[in-house]
Amino acid sequence: MLAHPDLTQLIFGRLTIDQLPLHEPIVVGTFIVVALLGAALLGAVTYFRLWGYLWHEWFTSIDHKKIGVMYIILSLVMLLRGFSDAIMMRAQQAISFGHSTGYLPPFHYDQIFTAHGVIMIFFVAMPMVTGIMNFVMPLQIGARDVAFPFLNNFSLWMTISGAVLVMMSLFVGEFARTGWLAYPPLSDIAASPDAGVDYYIWALQIAGVGTLLSGVNLLTTIIKMRAPGMTLMRMPIFTWTALCTNVLIVAAFPVLTAALAMLALDRYAGTNFFTTMLGGNAMMYINLIWIWGHPEVYILILPAFGVFSEVTATFCRKRLFGYASMVYATVVITVLSYLVWLHHFFTMGSGASVNSFFGITTMIISIPTGAKIFNWLFTMYRGRITFEVPMLWTVAFMVTFVLGGMTGVMLAVPPADFSLHNSLFLVAHFHNVIIGGVLFGMFAGVNYWFPKAFGFRLDPFWGKCSFWFWVAGFYFAFMPLYVLGFMGVTRRLSHFDDPSLQIWFEIAAFGAFLILLGILSMLMQFYVSFRDRERLRDVTGDPWGGRTLEWSTSSPPPKYNFAFTPCIHDIDAWWQMKQHRYQRPLQGFQPIHMPKNTGAGIILAGIATVFGFAMIWYMWPLAIISFAALIATAIGHTFNYHRDYYIPADEVARVESSRTELLGHV
Amino acid sequence: MSIKALRGLLLIPVALLAGCHTVLMSPSGDLALQQRNLIIDSVLLMLLIIVPVIALTLLFAWHFRASNKEADYDPDWDHSTMLELLIWSAPLLIIIALGALTWVSTHKLDPYRPLDRIAAGHSVPADVKPLTVEVVALDWKWLFIYPEQGIATVNDLAAPVNRPIQFKITASTVMNSFFIPALAGQIYAMPNMETQLQAVMNKPGDFEGFSANYSGAGFSGMHFTFHAVSEDAFAQWVQQAKTSGNALSRDAYVKLQQPSQDEPVHRYATVDAGLYEDILTNCIQPDSMSCMRNMKASDAGAMRSSNDSTGMAAMPTAHP
Repeated sequence: MLAHPDLTQLIFGRLTIDQLPLHEPIVVGTFIVVALLGAALLGAVTYFRLWGYLWHEWFTSIDHKKIGVMYIILSLVMLLRGFSDAIMMRAQQAISFGHSTGYLPPFHYDQIFTAHGVIMIFFVAMPMVTGIMNFVMPLQIGARDVAFPFLNNFSLWMTISGAVLVMMSLFVGEFARTGWLAYPPLSDIAASPDAGVDYYIWALQIAGVGTLLSGVNLLTTIIKMRAPGMTLMRMPIFTWTALCTNVLIVAAFPVLTAALAMLALDRYAGTNFFTTMLGGNAMMYINLIWIWGHPEVYILILPAFGVFSEVTATFCRKRLFGYASMVYATVVITVLSYLVWLHHFFTMGSGASVNSFFGITTMIISIPTGAKIFNWLFTMYRGRITFEVPMLWTVAFMVTFVLGGMTGVMLAVPPADFSLHNSLFLVAHFHNVIIGGVLFGMFAGVNYWFPKAFGFRLDPFWGKCSFWFWVAGFYFAFMPLYVLGFMGVTRRLSHFDDPSLQIWFEIAAFGAFLILLGILSMLMQFYVSFRDRERLRDVTGDPWGGRTLEWSTSSPPPKYNFAFTPCIHDIDAWWQMKQHRYQRPLQGFQPIHMPKNTGAGIILAGIATVFGFAMIWYMWPLAIISFAALIATAIGHTFNYHRDYYIPADEVARVESSRTELLGHV
Repeated sequence: MSIKALRGLLLIPVALLAGCHTVLMSPSGDLALQQRNLIIDSVLLMLLIIVPVIALTLLFAWHFRASNKEADYDPDWDHSTMLELLIWSAPLLIIIALGALTWVSTHKLDPYRPLDRIAAGHSVPADVKPLTVEVVALDWKWLFIYPEQGIATVNDLAAPVNRPIQFKITASTVMNSFFIPALAGQIYAMPNMETQLQAVMNKPGDFEGFSANYSGAGFSGMHFTFHAVSEDAFAQWVQQAKTSGNALSRDAYVKLQQPSQDEPVHRYATVDAGLYEDILTNCIQPDSMSCMRNMKASDAGAMRSSNDSTGMAAMPTAHP
């Protein structure tokens, strides 16, 4: 190879053996652990001959339920990675005082906080939200699948492709050291010449394709595929929030794509969109990224609001208070979320009138949000509340989220923000709303819909352990950060001089440890529930006394979801059907038209991963070949005419009668 | 209870926080003090709604638990026009109050606005001119140029107490944020652009200043001390720089702006004329392509005129 340095460079670009972090004991140790676990997993899959099963039943599946589950698995795996980053940061900040520089040099620490933010938002929160929408929404509207089933599978794999690239950066080269939004000029080629920012760009661009297409898909599904009788004002609130979220995704993600594309052009082609030369202006990037970034916050929180609405009504055994005002509040938030982006950078020097405008629009969002909180509150009023695990998360959310809302409005007052911006107060605020809102909501959702997906409930004991560790851990981890913010401590520091701060960081590190116990309890909960699945079995399909359509079918639902498309007469369709002593139809089944599995999604995403990797390392021939292959495969897929099949009527009859038999035993 | 009394009540936890040096709650500059009061007032306004919500959540959750058979149960009650009006209008009223507060205070505490008072009840004396300090965020240290005194320092800042200070702020390569929490709020320092901060310190002492926007490997060490001193002590501090003998020429600046971490204090007795403007317009190498003076006027989008009398035109964002 040394004889042909030019050829080596042509093939491998700037990737050399030095880019492997062989001299970093922490990274090598992590790699060994990951490699061993990965080998054990692959070995087990091979030993138990699961490859065929996984390929046919899961990887190539276009069933929205399985795709939803796979999104959530991706999200939980990435949560472990993102949380490892978090606990490393907490440990560093707890010990790096005075003469001690801690155990992480800035080179590592800066990658870790960047990766933590990117992973938690793009590869934990987004897949979790998308996964729950994917699983629940078609069932709630009485559909058999989403509008574009293949696109759904492709979206999932593109998201996974982005996650794979982020994970690769741990062991090949490095990740960005720019903060999770990669502001130029720091992310320009002059200040960040190495591959880190390129990993960031290509991981997000490839995952972004998945997110955008998934948004188009779910939006179309809600608009076009609702069961007869389900007018917009009869849609379950979760479906309403899914609708608004997907409108936001479709409108906001192209802005992110464009901003990152311009950043990529600056880095690869020497353009000057955001550089400090030739009229380039980094402020444009900061505006664009937040024009995406603020709606993104609502993309995450709206579905969580939807989950809380479903959970509250179910476990209070009562109709949701103020359905119409809940819907209007959701829509108002959707529209307003586009009018507030500048509040992320009041300190950039805009005039007082501009700053006040965006400060006040931000505060206005708290009105519909407040109305929602009151609606849940009055749903509890005169209810019969059972504190199953999803309801516990909901109550914890209501208490925690209003605190986060209050600190958010404090930050929305521009002169106050001049003091609090970029401080640990800000860090505490957005963790308060993202953990206390999005994550609590998603955990409530997972506990709520798990029995629908698998036919057995999650073990409540370990669920409650996880709940209490998480909630206590959250308060221990983030309340000290509010205090530190008032002490003028800014974010992203890897070293401190003032020893009086240390105690607060130690409390925060203790909180992170409690959260670790919360995560471990959750894993334990999955394990115990799987082990004791017969004890936790639910054959009714309706373990909680649900109100919406997904509880009318079996758990897990058959491939076709509903043997007959239901007719809707009320907001709480299933509740109303139960009130009217609904009888399942037992005969007259018709063949059901269904989409067929395809491997095209995973193949396309695999090629996209290769393309991304080639672009990151300047392997131009490979990049050209893989891009051509990507286009060719996509075109080739359009010639696949074997896309659908019919489930014969007697097969449907067989599935339905076995359910009848099960129900008879209850 | 009047808002003053309420504020007094809230000062109890604030005082507790102050016990552990929360600089934001016990600031020493007039601007930071007004920002503190604004934070307290807005929290008070919001607590009007937050406290009842949290209390009612816990109360309802407890009272309407399934095991409490005494509690009313009304499974079909889902609407009440009165309540719906209330739950929309209560937050609305608070936001109207807070919005008015925001509009007024944002204009009054605009960092670009020349100060009209030194402290509550003390307007700026007619004969006092603000002290101008030109601030440059370098990788990873702060350069302070005093055009009137003709000196410059690195990572060491001083100003007389009760004299308005006009900071003109820019950066060499990447974005930072100039922040002295005891003095006033922060503002970004951006290359090829100028932001401003008008502030005044009311109490003497040494205060911490730093970059509040992550800027790369040396970010953690990018802090400085701000000495708020008497006029005499300030003159001495200037003299100390003048006797140091170093000159901040363009060559010296090119060396200084090379990335370095945890930089000690430097002092410069003289500064090359027009150095700050050249940094701002990217003209340290005057024949370079990126020097804004060499671009056609119509191309110089990021920088219209650095000698604009208001000093604000350098900001491409619209500023009145």
